[in-house]
Amino acid sequence: MKAKWFLISVFFTLSLILSGCDNSLLVFDPKGPQAKTLSDTIIFSIVMMAGILLVVYILYTFMLVKYRASKTDENYEPPHEEGSKWLEITWTIIPIIIVIVLSVVTVRTTSEVENKPVAYANEEPLVIYASSSNWKWHFSYPEEGIETVNYVNIPEDRPIEFRLYSYGPITSFWIPQLAGQKYAMSDMVTTIHLAAETPGSYVGKNSNFNGKDFAHMEFEAQVLTDKDYEEWVEDVKETAPALTESEFDELLEPSVLGRKTYSSTHLEFRPAPEGEHAGHHHGGSDEETDTTHDMHMEDHK
Amino acid sequence: MKWDEFFVTGEPMIYAAMVSIVLVSVAIVAGLTYFKKWGYLWRNWLTTVDHKKIGVMYIIAALLMLFRGGVDALLMRAQTAVPDNGLLDGQHYNEIFTTHGLIMILFMAMPFIIGLMNVVIPLQIGARDVAFPRLNAVSFWLFFFGAMLLNLSFVIGGSPDAGWSAYFPLASSEFSPTVGNNYYSLSLQIAGIGTLMTGINFLVTILKMRAPGMTLMKMPMFTWSILITSVIIIFAFPVLTVALALMMLDRQFGTQFFAMQNGGMDMLWANLFWVWGHPEVYIVILPAFGIYSEIISTFARKNLYGYKSMVVSMVAISLLSFLVWVHHFYTMGHGVMVNSVFSITTMAIAVPTGVKIFNWLFTLRKGKISFTSPMLYALAFIPIFTIGGVTGVMLAMASADYQYHNTMFLVAHFHYVLIPGTVFAVIAGYHYWFPKVFGFRLNEKLAKWAFWFIAISFNVTFFPLFILGLNGMTRRMYTYSASTGYGPLNMLSMVGAVGLTIGFLLLVYNIYWSTRYAKRDTTGDPWDGRSLEWSTPSPVPEYNFAKTPVVTKLDAFWFSKKENTSLTEGEYEPIHMPNNNGQPFIMGVAFFFFGFFMVFSWWIPAIIAGLVVLGTMAYRTFEKDHGHHIPVDEIERTEKALRGEQS
Ligand code: HEM
Ligand SMILES: [Cu+2]
Ligand SMILES: [Cu+2]
Repeated sequence: MKAKWFLISVFFTLSLILSGCDNSLLVFDPKGPQAKTLSDTIIFSIVMMAGILLVVYILYTFMLVKYRASKTDENYEPPHEEGSKWLEITWTIIPIIIVIVLSVVTVRTTSEVENKPVAYANEEPLVIYASSSNWKWHFSYPEEGIETVNYVNIPEDRPIEFRLYSYGPITSFWIPQLAGQKYAMSDMVTTIHLAAETPGSYVGKNSNFNGKDFAHMEFEAQVLTDKDYEEWVEDVKETAPALTESEFDELLEPSVLGRKTYSSTHLEFRPAPEGEHAGHHHGGSDEETDTTHDMHMEDHK
Repeated sequence: MKWDEFFVTGEPMIYAAMVSIVLVSVAIVAGLTYFKKWGYLWRNWLTTVDHKKIGVMYIIAALLMLFRGGVDALLMRAQTAVPDNGLLDGQHYNEIFTTHGLIMILFMAMPFIIGLMNVVIPLQIGARDVAFPRLNAVSFWLFFFGAMLLNLSFVIGGSPDAGWSAYFPLASSEFSPTVGNNYYSLSLQIAGIGTLMTGINFLVTILKMRAPGMTLMKMPMFTWSILITSVIIIFAFPVLTVALALMMLDRQFGTQFFAMQNGGMDMLWANLFWVWGHPEVYIVILPAFGIYSEIISTFARKNLYGYKSMVVSMVAISLLSFLVWVHHFYTMGHGVMVNSVFSITTMAIAVPTGVKIFNWLFTLRKGKISFTSPMLYALAFIPIFTIGGVTGVMLAMASADYQYHNTMFLVAHFHYVLIPGTVFAVIAGYHYWFPKVFGFRLNEKLAKWAFWFIAISFNVTFFPLFILGLNGMTRRMYTYSASTGYGPLNMLSMVGAVGLTIGFLLLVYNIYWSTRYAKRDTTGDPWDGRSLEWSTPSPVPEYNFAKTPVVTKLDAFWFSKKENTSLTEGEYEPIHMPNNNGQPFIMGVAFFFFGFFMVFSWWIPAIIAGLVVLGTMAYRTFEKDHGHHIPVDEIERTEKALRGEQS
């Protein structure tokens, strides 16, 4: 009967997670179309997988209850069975069908979240460069000409394009409630597309281990209404100091820092590794049309 | 270099470890001297070329490493059990999770399996030894001294701290300037060479040394799984060798293969690492499937259901295992196309794996299931591993993985695969074959207590991590603040880890108890087994089979018992066996010192140690050693004594 208890407890835990999703766990509490797609995908896969578990668990319980030695006759001799062609084909075909269904879902959702959110297809995205250095995040807004450290403010209902790279070890840029993560590397720029639909404050973090103070490498992503966002940008431009090259070099030193705000970006004197500044890129990117930027390191004096 | 750079200093826990290492070493040396066991140790163990003894040494070493890795795990769980804990600092935590991962996979799971295959494979195929007995000893000592080298890093110089995957540029000398990752590249290199030779050795053994009549499709399933595993080893390990060599060049000789400047490619390391690393997880899981197949059919008292499709699915898994490595970095930004292809190949592995699960379930059907301790592990494996499997499919979906990657969800998944898969399997296998090697069974009652502790605590430890991952808790973080809300589930997980510890301690206590009190088994076949290893007396004599068995079908021994026929014919003949030899051990020691000096870039001593290594090889090529013969009357005496007959 232990198996049965096990089954029941697994069932309860599963239903607990599933019922808890709409309000508690970050991944199941999306605040934008990209994260919503991912949340739906995950819930769909959990339901499919729960179905498989159920089949296995029912068969399992049945076998254990019915064929235990203590319940069978002492002289019972189990038969010799080579297998059954039809049964084996069945449990090959059904999983293949499941895998096909999941593959279709995967390809569709992957291409959905790798591109601009569908609902904002016609809008010009706000580009923000997010670069990491041990152990902080630098956000440069080329459009506005401002830069922040360890926090990022974005306007609601507008597509955002984060361009990621790193000064040092690989990091992974992740705001669970807005979009899935992506690596930031030193030799190339990767892109995250997202949009946020509810003003509020969200946790952002680095999820790829990069040394001693990795655990402290968090930032706040704040979604503001259009008006608040405009005001904030104006305010930064008026009050914050400009970012000098020497100050930026100091920022790159390994350390854990609080927030910083500047009225200029480091992109002017330290451009991102893209275009003619790129080291290499890893190929395969569908939208990437630029083929000139392989191995251009030596062009960059 | 100053002394305080050489020895790791500054933490009470490390001082305690140093003191205990010294004390234990002194105790071992004193004990051996006092009981006059040096000669015994040298003659019977350090120089042995007997595959069974080598297997036993592998298993003992793996059990020790299970405890080393387990203490690491317990410390990590203790550190993260409450928010803002100060038990370990960041650096120490980083070293611990790195060595935990390395030790568990490379120095516990894999050697444990290699130990079991050493003990069992020649017996299952009716052979007297492996194809290259001396090479087998070399493999063992390279593994052993590789493991010792990595463990030494804890007190001398500092352990690797860039994760077991050692991603560049973090693992480069620029960002990890201590010797820790030198230890990584060298200890894995030494052990890895040993593993590669094991792969070659067992491939040849299985292909060339089977008993007459045992065609490939009449091999027991465990032998099949090891055959396939050997092939994977032979294809995967050279990749590791090359990657580690490049890593060493980068770190110690200033090349720029992976490091950041001058066009070094960080992701090249990630690719090479996982081209080896993903097949590696199948190196530890396929033999487990083999073990479970043996155990389930033995204790359901039925032949394995769907033998052919079991073989086909293992072959399919082994091929696919080389086609999925990119699923470890979907988030690298290589676009929809690449990610989709690798999602599909990854999910495809679920199909043959599912086939195996259903075949096991149908082996149980119409059976006569007895719940012995090995069977309990095999039965617990099915429901728990299925959770690991379905979460693996979830992770395989590239888009969804953007939310799981590098989180506790992943940590939960791979422990759900590795522990019921590999760890339960080796424990089950070890309970199952223990009487074969030692001539007595482990205590069933204690074994069952240990089982329930382990099986239940396992779920308590790791299920909460799925939820934590979905709540955004990343892996490898040594601390978190209370406001994240991660506290309670981490505490629950800690409770589970304590339960696991109790279970593992019971396991070891059982060895002690049973050695002293358990009844000896004279049948050689305590479980009413099906394959050839059970036809020999226990403990198995040096030469395994007094007469070579002749096989006509699968489960030959089972049918010979039922039909009351004999597997052997003819008279005893003198048996040719290889001689013991100290050279593999000496070579291992030389490799150890070579590695150690290399770690610290002490070139001259390193070159000298390297020359000793080459010297042992040269010595071997000039050596004349034709082994020895065991005479007929000695065989007759041994057989009678072991079968409990009076002569
Ligand atoms: C016995 C109980 C075990 C416990 C309580 C345990 C616990 C843990 C914990 C807490 C982590 C690190 C989480 C983090 O901070 O990222 C971890 C990582 C890991 N564990 Fe275990 N573990 C156990 C057994 C095993 C076994 C048996 C294996 C392999 C056969 C294994 C393989 C790994 C690997 C590969 C990592 C990743 C290391 C890395 O991130 O570099 N563990 N484990
Ligand atoms: Cu790159
Ligand atoms: Cu993999």
